[in-house]
Amino acid sequence: MALEALEAALPRATAARAPAPRMRWGRPVIYALLTLFALFYLMPVYVLVINGLKSFQEVSLSRMWEWPTSFSLASFAKASGKLAPNFLNSVKLVIPATLVTAMLGSINGYILAKWKFRGADVLFPFLLFGMFIPYQSILIPLVQFLQRAGDALGLALYGSIPGLALVHIVYGIPITTLIFRNYYAAVPTDLVEAGRIDGAGLVGIYRHIVLPISLPAFVVVLIWQFTAVWNEFLFAVTITNNPAQQPITVALQNLAGSQIVEWNVQMAGALLAALPTLLVYIFLGRYFLRGLLAGALKG
Amino acid sequence: MSGKRHLALLVTATLLALGVAGVTAGAARQLEIFSWWTAGGEADGLNAMFEIFKKRYPGVEIINATVAGGAGTNAKAVLKTRMQGGKPPDSFQVHGGEELTSTWVITGFMEPITSLARAEGWTKVLPKDLLDIVSYKGEMYSVPVNVHRGNVLWYSKKILDQNNLKAPTTWAEFFQVADALKAKGITPLALGDKNKWEAAHLFEDILLSALGADGYRGLWTGKTSWTGSGVKTALENYAKILGYVNADHAAGTWDSATQMLIDGKAAMTIMGDWAAGYFTSKGWKPNVDYGFAPAPGTAGSFVIVTDTFGLPKKAPHRDQALNWLRVAGSKEGQEAFNPLKGSICGRTDCDLNKFDVYLRSSAADFAKNKLVPSEVHGSAAPENFATQFNDIINVFVTQRNVAATQRSLQAACVSAKMCK
Amino acid sequence: MTRISFDRVLAVAVLIPSLVAVGIFVYGFIGWTAYVSLSNWNSFLPDLSFAGLQNYVNLFQTFRFQADLRNTLIFTVVFLVACLAIGFLLAVLLDQRIRGESVFRNIFLFPMAISFIVTGVAWQWLLNPSTGVNLLLERAGLGALRSGWFTDPKIAIYSVVLAATWQLSGFTMAMYLAGLRGIPEELHEAARVDGASEWQLYRHVIIPLLYPVTLSAVIVLGHISLKIFDLVFAMTGSGPAFSTDVPGVFMFETTFRGNRFAEGAGIATIMLLLVAGLIVPYLWYGTRAEAGR
Repeated sequence: MALEALEAALPRATAARAPAPRMRWGRPVIYALLTLFALFYLMPVYVLVINGLKSFQEVSLSRMWEWPTSFSLASFAKASGKLAPNFLNSVKLVIPATLVTAMLGSINGYILAKWKFRGADVLFPFLLFGMFIPYQSILIPLVQFLQRAGDALGLALYGSIPGLALVHIVYGIPITTLIFRNYYAAVPTDLVEAGRIDGAGLVGIYRHIVLPISLPAFVVVLIWQFTAVWNEFLFAVTITNNPAQQPITVALQNLAGSQIVEWNVQMAGALLAALPTLLVYIFLGRYFLRGLLAGALKG
Repeated sequence: MSGKRHLALLVTATLLALGVAGVTAGAARQLEIFSWWTAGGEADGLNAMFEIFKKRYPGVEIINATVAGGAGTNAKAVLKTRMQGGKPPDSFQVHGGEELTSTWVITGFMEPITSLARAEGWTKVLPKDLLDIVSYKGEMYSVPVNVHRGNVLWYSKKILDQNNLKAPTTWAEFFQVADALKAKGITPLALGDKNKWEAAHLFEDILLSALGADGYRGLWTGKTSWTGSGVKTALENYAKILGYVNADHAAGTWDSATQMLIDGKAAMTIMGDWAAGYFTSKGWKPNVDYGFAPAPGTAGSFVIVTDTFGLPKKAPHRDQALNWLRVAGSKEGQEAFNPLKGSICGRTDCDLNKFDVYLRSSAADFAKNKLVPSEVHGSAAPENFATQFNDIINVFVTQRNVAATQRSLQAACVSAKMCK
Repeated sequence: MTRISFDRVLAVAVLIPSLVAVGIFVYGFIGWTAYVSLSNWNSFLPDLSFAGLQNYVNLFQTFRFQADLRNTLIFTVVFLVACLAIGFLLAVLLDQRIRGESVFRNIFLFPMAISFIVTGVAWQWLLNPSTGVNLLLERAGLGALRSGWFTDPKIAIYSVVLAATWQLSGFTMAMYLAGLRGIPEELHEAARVDGASEWQLYRHVIIPLLYPVTLSAVIVLGHISLKIFDLVFAMTGSGPAFSTDVPGVFMFETTFRGNRFAEGAGIATIMLLLVAGLIVPYLWYGTRAEAGR
């Protein structure tokens, strides 16, 4: 409940309600402060962009703040050359992981929100705790499990993108369940009751009543999980070790940690790695925000 | 959508998403070589050896399995998985000595190659100290392809000449030179220890200068005590030396430190001879722009950093693996590989005309000097100790607490089962 | 079987795969990690002989781990305070009916969409002592503010705090903004009628009403900072004398580089206990509150 109220309260256009408490300082001070902070937040982007656009000869640590004398996409070309396979790996990772987790979250959330049974109140925190654990605390057995299960099943689980996707699916269940559960909790029980009176059971209600109205929640979950899995590093660096299979976060870190450093390529690479999630944020930011708030406010 | 169809879709999607990995059975005439030589001179050198292999053993498909990144850390991780999973390559690049012995030999993954070595005559052309490094309990387990030198002092000729200074041969001379440079506002010694091992590398050479070759060797066998006076002197010396090092050393790496010489900001640096490759890539010439000498106090000793190849027990194409080892240990193979890589042969009979000024001098020292294994680069101690050593030295660089450091080193030695 | 009870069974059945998965992958693995931490497995081949609490005893005596704990404490406290303060300030400013509010809001929030790795790489550049921000300060005439940043062991950890705050203060800003906007207008009016000044209004009405938001922010940011790894790994590594080292980095290096699995498992278990200390009371309280509704 509180989630929806708060979300609605974040205005997309001008504020509808009466003015907030007036501050003692004047408007100019407010704008000045906001602009200063905005500069602080944009400073790293400025550095990344202008250095990525410099030519090889021009880039150097001592002149990193200066505007390029000539714009060159050579760094981006080189960076994308080096990172393209890993970019694809990330895509191949994120899509299945996100889709499957979203489906599981939807089903779980539906049941936990709409079907009260004994123990439901224990199962929800049971699932939820998994969202908070440090992944270091399961990393060693996870690696062993993937290696042994992979051998037993004849699949390449450890060291492969599918194996990493499986990991993200499992560890994504808590947060997606949370988001869907909160969303479905706001669906009036009358609807569910009406369905039951009409003779629908668990499956029927989901299929005919709940699922059709789930689109907004799906969008939130997909956006949030896309960002989380794309940006993730620890699982990626532990589970995939062959650069041919590594996602882009690991490839970027390898690039940045390599012996002979090409600053401009690094900067361009960082931008390329950040681009998909940045674009998602720019165009679909409100859904990102909802996922963010849902994770923080348990409803 | 019904729950059942959901489930079916889910299962299908999951299986599709997971995929099935196919394992191709090894064809009879294949050779898979595993390394992290992915770029530059290293890759060129490896390819040169492949060419020789193809000439000698035609009709064999060579699979060049390289793994890039992190100076071998990715590759080592991949290798560990493969070995543990029972799918080793036919041969793999590994630092000679403890890195191979403690990780793969003692654990039973490698076959000895002593009889091969004798048949090929390697025991006659490889120096005894080097043979000792790659052997365990009397059996040889890998063949050294190249040798890098760890204890080298590199200096900018321009800066030293301009200030009428000579490259120091002892630490006492170093401090005189360093004081003179410091007075002129030039950083005497460039260090970039962001990756931790660089500071350990410098300390290794200081240890060698304080203990001498035999005392240094004793550190790894338990004969020289980590809490003894030799190590104490070395640490005290290190603390003094650190006063002449660039203030932002924690932000840089070995190549940014070497770059400081090229930029004229620092006069000297102590690093393995891959620094020569860096100078060359930036257009600097030996004895023209830069000079080289044994690290102060270590003349007469040669710290070995060596890449080797061995024979895994379950090598899928054992015959080809043995052929590869023959190439790697041969005069022709090593002469093709090393000039491109920027190192010298493990063998003592390579034709020195193929090598540049620095490498010729290095080979001359290699033939005469006492050879000692490098700890920082995997030869003297197992990885367990090496990572702890790097951590302990990292602390010392800031805290300069000699007694505590000695105690930590002793504890690390015990926990790695090198000492009692 | 009646429809209702069939559905009940089906409900549980559908949950089972997730419950089993989480049961194994979360709780089972946590148990296994704890078990490994009590063993002697500190070399390449597994050695699961019982070692009791020896690994933990060794850890707490290690300089590196002591530094890690210190750094975690400093990092968590300073990071939380900074994010809450900056987030609140920005939210209050944005709440003043600004023109271009959504532009500002997006600028403050976008860092959250970026990976910690990208942030680490960028800020490593920005805080490089020979160039980076120091150069900018010099050119702006503020040369006195130059610092060693992450190469100075005394303040290195604050460099990481700076980067982390840059990344996540937008989150607290968003939460506070939503919170502020959820406070009904009547409260403002009532306070004004009572003659309260703006400052008193904030202090006695608004901030207390935002406690739930603050609590949520503390929980989320708190558990992130207790397990931080990517940012430190990409930005500074362990730092001089481990001044930026954190348990997450130590665990990774000692396990996957040094083959000291039992030690790594010990560090991981301690990390879990720290996080659990924060999360479990919160979950417990939250579940009971919800059940009581």
